[in-house]
Amino acid sequence: MLTKVHTGLEPVPGIWWRPAHKAEKVWVAIAFAWCMVLFAMMPLWHYRGGQNPAGVRRRVDPKAFYARTLQFAAQYKVGDDRGVPIVQAPPGSDVYLVGLTFQWYPILQLQQGKEYTLHLSSLDVNHGFSLFPVNVNFQIVPGYDYALRVTPTTSGDFRIICNEFCGIGHHTMVGRVIVVDENGTPVADNAAAKVKSAGEP
Amino acid sequence: MSVVSTPVSRTCPTTGRTIFADAERLIKANAVVSVVALLVGAIAALLLVLTRWQAVHLLPAVWYYRLLGVHGMNMLIFFIIYFEMAVLWFASTVLLNARPAAPRFGWFNFGLMLLGTLIVEWAQWSGNADVLFTSYPPLKAHPLFYLGVIFFAVGALLVTCQFFATLVIAKREKRYEGSVPLVVYGAVTAAIIAVITLVHGAMVYVPTFLWSVGLIGEVDPQFYRLLWWALGHSSQQINVAAMVAIWYMLGGLTVGAVVLNEKVSRSAFVLYIMFISMASAHHLLVDPGFSPAWKIVNTSYFMYMAVLASMVHGFTVPAGMELGLRLRGYTDGLFGWLRHAPWGDPGFSSLVLSVVVFGFVGGITGVTLGTEQINIIAHNTMRIPGHFHSTVVSGTALAFMGATYYLLPLIFRRKVSFWKLAKVQPYIFSGGLLLLVMGMTFAGSFGVPRRHWDTSFSQSPYEVLFNPAVDIFLAVMGIGGIIAVIGALSFIAIAVASVFFGTPITDIPRGAPIVGIPNGLTNPPVHAANVDELNEALHAPSRGIAGATPGTLALVGIFLVSFVVYYFVNWKLLTFLWKIG
Repeated sequence: MLTKVHTGLEPVPGIWWRPAHKAEKVWVAIAFAWCMVLFAMMPLWHYRGGQNPAGVRRRVDPKAFYARTLQFAAQYKVGDDRGVPIVQAPPGSDVYLVGLTFQWYPILQLQQGKEYTLHLSSLDVNHGFSLFPVNVNFQIVPGYDYALRVTPTTSGDFRIICNEFCGIGHHTMVGRVIVVDENGTPVADNAAAKVKSAGEP
Repeated sequence: MSVVSTPVSRTCPTTGRTIFADAERLIKANAVVSVVALLVGAIAALLLVLTRWQAVHLLPAVWYYRLLGVHGMNMLIFFIIYFEMAVLWFASTVLLNARPAAPRFGWFNFGLMLLGTLIVEWAQWSGNADVLFTSYPPLKAHPLFYLGVIFFAVGALLVTCQFFATLVIAKREKRYEGSVPLVVYGAVTAAIIAVITLVHGAMVYVPTFLWSVGLIGEVDPQFYRLLWWALGHSSQQINVAAMVAIWYMLGGLTVGAVVLNEKVSRSAFVLYIMFISMASAHHLLVDPGFSPAWKIVNTSYFMYMAVLASMVHGFTVPAGMELGLRLRGYTDGLFGWLRHAPWGDPGFSSLVLSVVVFGFVGGITGVTLGTEQINIIAHNTMRIPGHFHSTVVSGTALAFMGATYYLLPLIFRRKVSFWKLAKVQPYIFSGGLLLLVMGMTFAGSFGVPRRHWDTSFSQSPYEVLFNPAVDIFLAVMGIGGIIAVIGALSFIAIAVASVFFGTPITDIPRGAPIVGIPNGLTNPPVHAANVDELNEALHAPSRGIAGATPGTLALVGIFLVSFVVYYFVNWKLLTFLWKIG
């Protein structure tokens, strides 16, 4: 029943398709069962979980997306920080954020607990959307509009770090997202734009 | 090769195998270039880790990004693939007592790979390819960079074809009886995955080259990422298959590890071939170009069957070692076999550290980060390099180093130089990497990005202040990185000194330990004549489910618990995020 004792360096004469020992069978069964749990978790989270990279995805002309973002920024501009407009659109609306070397445009101001459709794309090369300090990360690919339904659950002054190499100035590419709480309390006038309190209620 | 004075083949006095001179030369050439690439990559690694350690911050930005590309190419492509070419030649000729197919063509292909390597090195060092390892368009490098990669990939693909041809020759010339050894079977798996990988390489780099010279208007950035990862991640699967084959080989050489069941181990290799390539999709989990259904199908249905294969090898490799040692009389208790193992044999310590770190750290983090939703808190953070340094470096590279300690006496016929250093080198390398990986993983959990020159954000318009703990993690990463580089440079020093200045050996006397020769060669782990009876006794039904390998069952039990805990902790972390859908 058992295979003749041999190492993995020796050729195997005859038929080697023999039944495995119980220990091996048990482990393979456990490992398979665990893989099924791993498999079940992803679809399950789409139904029951609150964080999914689903959204609505479509192709878009990078220049058209950029133009749409400029139009959006002009329409809902409420302020300005170092030349970048601060934009507050009504809850439930579509908001646009574009990455371009080496800047995120514009500064979004959102309301805590309200859902927005956040459109992400790039004007030029790949960028990485990394919301700090919440640690939400998405790949931004030029020519593709990634529209995610986002509900900020914390208020504060957040940063967007670029975490995909986009050129020599990559490490300077940082943007802002402001989330005001349910009472609409303004976060800061942004002259200093500290992030220390970000994420704290 | 018509050098009159060189015999066509020799018989190895230690193993009794027939080794053909043509094959031996090809193995040596590939191994030497591989180590040179490792040296370049290791120097780059030191400079990079001293830059990412924010307190030191050594390199200027341009050179940080440039050397990051150099490090990626030299380590992940040149070091590993040249070594794998050596493994393919070794497995198809030495392990089967066979002659290599068309050795002159082998030299042509080696030359082609070398030409490609030199072109890529030129492009990167001269600043003509500051696009990092992944070279995502529309970032554009000098056309020669893409051409160099194509030359290298075509050369490697042709060597892989020669590997298959050599297998056919060995079979036809009846160089062995029955089925090929399990180690060769693993090498075949690696070679098949290599074909899949390199074809994708051609599919992605040929159009990109044409785009770089202006013949094609545009390369779709998302389509490029899809195809590139079919090359970039699948090439890591060549490594996995080659590494597992080497695990089986080192187990046999160092402690007389037995194959528990050929059906189980070989089926696991087949699962790799069938499913592992689709697992590349886990690089695209938070990309805009693909639907959740596409992501889930590729990373769950398919990837988890490859995970299953790794979990099977994760059992059969240590269990084979346990059974091998128990059959040789080390039967006391649950872990007596481990106490009696040759921990001073660098081949053995490399094997164990490779299995443990690859499984516990690399495997668990890899599967967890490769989950569609959990990827949101991991993508492009330092958790990613934290993961792959535990798989490809502390797993694959360390296994290759362990194999080298046996190839030096067997193929190069030299004693291993700096023997005392060699005995501790795997521990230094692996220990340093564990620190590096921990530092990177924890820093990444706080959102520290990978591939980033300045996490103090001194030049950015808005302040980004990381949790002060990040400084500690980056210091741990820095110190670990320095230790790991010391381990790598020690290996390089040992390999170079042995090959070029080592004491030549003709025959390896058995019995007493010899300085410079691994224990598995001076005291080969030979099984007793009545080993099959002993094996029956160890498998007696009275010993229950744990059977002959209770120690390994306990170890994989610990592994599974760690896996489950880490996996669900990450789901819990995910719930703290904003609502995203």
